[in-house]
Amino acid sequence: MYKVTISALALASAMWASGAQAEQLNVVCSNEQAWCDLMAQNFMIDTGVDVAMVRKSTGEVLAQLRAEKGNPKVDVWWGGTGDPHIIAANEGLTQATGADVSGLLGWAQNMTEMTEGRAVGVHVGLLGFIYNTEVLAEKGLAVPACWRDLAKPEYKGEVQVANPNSSGTAYTELATLVQLFGEDEGYKLLSEIGANVNQYTKSGSAPVKAAARGETTIGIGFMHDMVKLKKEGFPVEIVAPCEGTGYELGAVSVVEGTPNLEAAKKWVEYVISAEGQSPGLEVGVYNIPSNPAAETDPDAPDMASVKLIDYDFATYGASETRERLLARWESDVKGAGGAIEQ
Amino acid sequence: MTRTANLWSLLGLAGFFLLPWYMAAGGFWSFGWVADPGGNGASAFTNILQGRVWLLGAGLALAAALIVSLAPLSHLARARGWLIAGVAGLTLLAGQALMILRNGSRFDLFGDVSQAGMGAGACVVALALLFIATTGISALGRGRGDAFVTGLVGLIVALVAVFVFYPMAFVLVQAFSLRGGAGLGVSEFLPRLFASENWSLACFTGRGWCGPAVNSLVLAIMTGVGTTLLGLAFALIFTRTNFGAKKFLRVLTILPIITPPFVIGLALILLFGRTGTMTEFFADLFGWEKTRWLYSIWGVWLAQMLSFTPIAFLVLIGVVEGVSPSMEEASQTLDANRWQTFRYVSLPLMRPGLANAFLLGFIESLADFGNPLVLGGNFNVLSTEIYFAIVGTVADPAKAAILSMILLFMTLGAFMVQRKWLGNKNYATVTGKADNGQHASLNPGMKWLCYGLALPWAAFTLVVYSLIVFGSFVKLWGYDHSFTLDHYKRAFAIVFRNGVHFVGSAWDSYFSTLTIAAISAPLTAAVGLATAYLLVRQKFAGKGAFEFSTMLSFAIPGTVIGVAYVMAFNFPPIELTGTAIILILVFVFRNMPVGVRGGIAAMSQLDKSLDEASITLGANSFTTLRRVILPLMGPAILAALTYSFVRAITSVSAVIFLVSARHNMATSFIVGRVENNEYGIAIAYATVLIVTMLAAILLLQALIGRRRLRRVDRVAA
Repeated sequence: MYKVTISALALASAMWASGAQAEQLNVVCSNEQAWCDLMAQNFMIDTGVDVAMVRKSTGEVLAQLRAEKGNPKVDVWWGGTGDPHIIAANEGLTQATGADVSGLLGWAQNMTEMTEGRAVGVHVGLLGFIYNTEVLAEKGLAVPACWRDLAKPEYKGEVQVANPNSSGTAYTELATLVQLFGEDEGYKLLSEIGANVNQYTKSGSAPVKAAARGETTIGIGFMHDMVKLKKEGFPVEIVAPCEGTGYELGAVSVVEGTPNLEAAKKWVEYVISAEGQSPGLEVGVYNIPSNPAAETDPDAPDMASVKLIDYDFATYGASETRERLLARWESDVKGAGGAIEQ
Repeated sequence: MTRTANLWSLLGLAGFFLLPWYMAAGGFWSFGWVADPGGNGASAFTNILQGRVWLLGAGLALAAALIVSLAPLSHLARARGWLIAGVAGLTLLAGQALMILRNGSRFDLFGDVSQAGMGAGACVVALALLFIATTGISALGRGRGDAFVTGLVGLIVALVAVFVFYPMAFVLVQAFSLRGGAGLGVSEFLPRLFASENWSLACFTGRGWCGPAVNSLVLAIMTGVGTTLLGLAFALIFTRTNFGAKKFLRVLTILPIITPPFVIGLALILLFGRTGTMTEFFADLFGWEKTRWLYSIWGVWLAQMLSFTPIAFLVLIGVVEGVSPSMEEASQTLDANRWQTFRYVSLPLMRPGLANAFLLGFIESLADFGNPLVLGGNFNVLSTEIYFAIVGTVADPAKAAILSMILLFMTLGAFMVQRKWLGNKNYATVTGKADNGQHASLNPGMKWLCYGLALPWAAFTLVVYSLIVFGSFVKLWGYDHSFTLDHYKRAFAIVFRNGVHFVGSAWDSYFSTLTIAAISAPLTAAVGLATAYLLVRQKFAGKGAFEFSTMLSFAIPGTVIGVAYVMAFNFPPIELTGTAIILILVFVFRNMPVGVRGGIAAMSQLDKSLDEASITLGANSFTTLRRVILPLMGPAILAALTYSFVRAITSVSAVIFLVSARHNMATSFIVGRVENNEYGIAIAYATVLIVTMLAAILLLQALIGRRRLRRVDRVAA
């Protein structure tokens, strides 16, 4: 018996082996890994707080925060699209920090106001599309410039976009078209574009990557991802749609019930400071930082040169609107079929 | 037997009076609690004195068991006494743990009270009570009066209950939750379970989409059949032919299981995607249209075949090897030709292997998450649907739970079909009798069929892996193929200045992954093989249910088990989130079924007369297990160890929710890089992991070695 007993005892005693925790900050990061690591490293050097960092996608973080409600194991949630941050704020999963946002750009202040201080804006990512110049030339297709171009029959089977049921990026696109053209017209356009879509991917950034590698001709996604791929040497061009486009607001939130509130506040203040945001360029972060004093890249899209809609986060971030729009997407757009290869 | 009961009573009482009952701050092994017997290190006894009277029950039960042992009672009365004391103590222990939480008690039973998560003391007391109860059961004559057998059954049942059923209950309850947070009810359950969106067959009849349940089932059957056939072909080549490069082939067959997720999918895209190398080649050669066929059921199937064939092979090689040459020789003596011998003697004796290999392939395919995610395109399967029901733009835990149930039903179905097919036949061929024959080699037709199936596949595997290694040494995989070591430098740089500094970004997760895998692998193998031993060799009530319950955790998709573990083990009585333990536990209980299946397959071949001879000669069942059965189980142990070690390194969906800042895993690092399009560093990391695992496997093989079934294993020319 002793073999099993010993393994059981080893298992059991190991259960108490790891509980030792000194004063520290546990950060869950939804940005790119390299950016997560760099920020944690800089923060440790500048403030002396010991940071443990893990990277998870926003959906995973939200699911985890819900499961851990009341006894959270992370202190701060940094990065990723703003919608899940807003949902977390509305569900009381995060708390107000009282961080001073007066020096930030207007949209970041709006975000803080909308969530009663629970989420603070850290960056903006603009929606657009990308095309592979080699494949486009090979197929002899015209360069697309507008959302409406994507609905043209010549692009049949050439457009890729994520599924809004799984991807926040695609939901932003859905909500953008609805806000641009009105709900009925927006859905009509979506289903026309749907007729050209070769695949509704699960991950939001997949269409952009697929376009870079020529697996699809056109991909819809966030422009900062596209800038990075272009700089890496892929044969791609980036398009800001002529009708105007929507955007995501990246945010930072402090988890309700954290035992390390002071360190968490320091983190929030650090990631909205210019010295915290500027190093992003070193690791290829090309979104727009919320601190006007932070450095930006000349090739990165900026809000002045792109025609933007006034994205209504309060309405389109609300759960009821989401469920209704997604149900309609399921029946009107996906249900209508298209050029999909099954 | 009285000694066993006494031992456990005393051990339990020691735990009750001396060890800290609750989780000690700073960890048990820091021994900081020793200096603080009133607070941090408070035992159950001290806690009772401090007002937590509900802990008294467990202590009283232990004392009662000791009194029963010492009192002059009849054998039967003593047995009953142990059983009652053990069960009552466990009930009281579990009851108080579930009733009194961190803040207050359920139903306000005890008013305003609180307690932390259970610690070392509670664990020792619980184990002691469990073993007192099982000793009582064996004293009543169950399990042939063998305290070891009943204790083992009790322990495994308890472990599965706590670490599989308890967390799963949290998720499955969600299946009955009503929309809009209106509580629980069955009114929406059945309509949602049978909803056409899950079961639609539209893709067979023409335009439209098939439901994820249908997709998953079709894919799983295809993968199960395919991997079993290929695995059999490889196993036959190894045991029944004189093929020259067996060693090399062996390495190739192991490679895919030691490959981190996404990597095979990425390699396939680079080969067969619309702009893939092979696609371009055929397009130029034959003028074929470049299509996106890879992003469909066929792409996923191809990737799953690459990933899971080795598992089928590992199960089958032991079984095919174990088929006694004497039987084959007898058949040939009776004038059967080689084909008849294979068809009517060898193949039927391989049934347990075939059935188990199919079952594993089937379940692996159902639970696979990485391949459908990368290559699925518009082909939705249950595992990805479940994942996005939890983390998608609209969280729908009820949908996730219902889809998980469908997945469980499918597993249950496959399991029952397998049982039916195997039936009550005897597959034992390894007996104690002299057995010095030689395996009949395959007839030429079969041999060339096996070569034809397996060798191109091996070549294909080789191409995929060369491509992966190649990808880690070039600047931009697929575009800029100039040589670089940058990816390795970024991940694994070491600075030698004032000592050794591991500055590469991958080191942290690399070390913690290896540690966790190394701890969980032997535990998994031990639990799995012990279970297999019970299932094959022992008879007890409820064996069928017991067998299925040990298979459950494998069938549950990783995402579901991850969320279930967070929900169950984030709060007292068992508080484990954020530790390395929870990762070890999830690996042990998720991978245990492979140990069980492999163990069953191998053990069914060992004739019972071996055990009986050992028992007749005076050995007890533990000694028999250790001295007779285990040495004959070499390949099964190796398979279980290898598989659990490797799975702990390569699994992704289960750990996504469980990794914490302090304990990050290699796969979550790789997934993060892949999402960020940094394929170079992801593949470099994957390559290092592959090399590490290969080294570990070869080391294990050298340590465990081959079992000697006969004086020589040889194949007739």
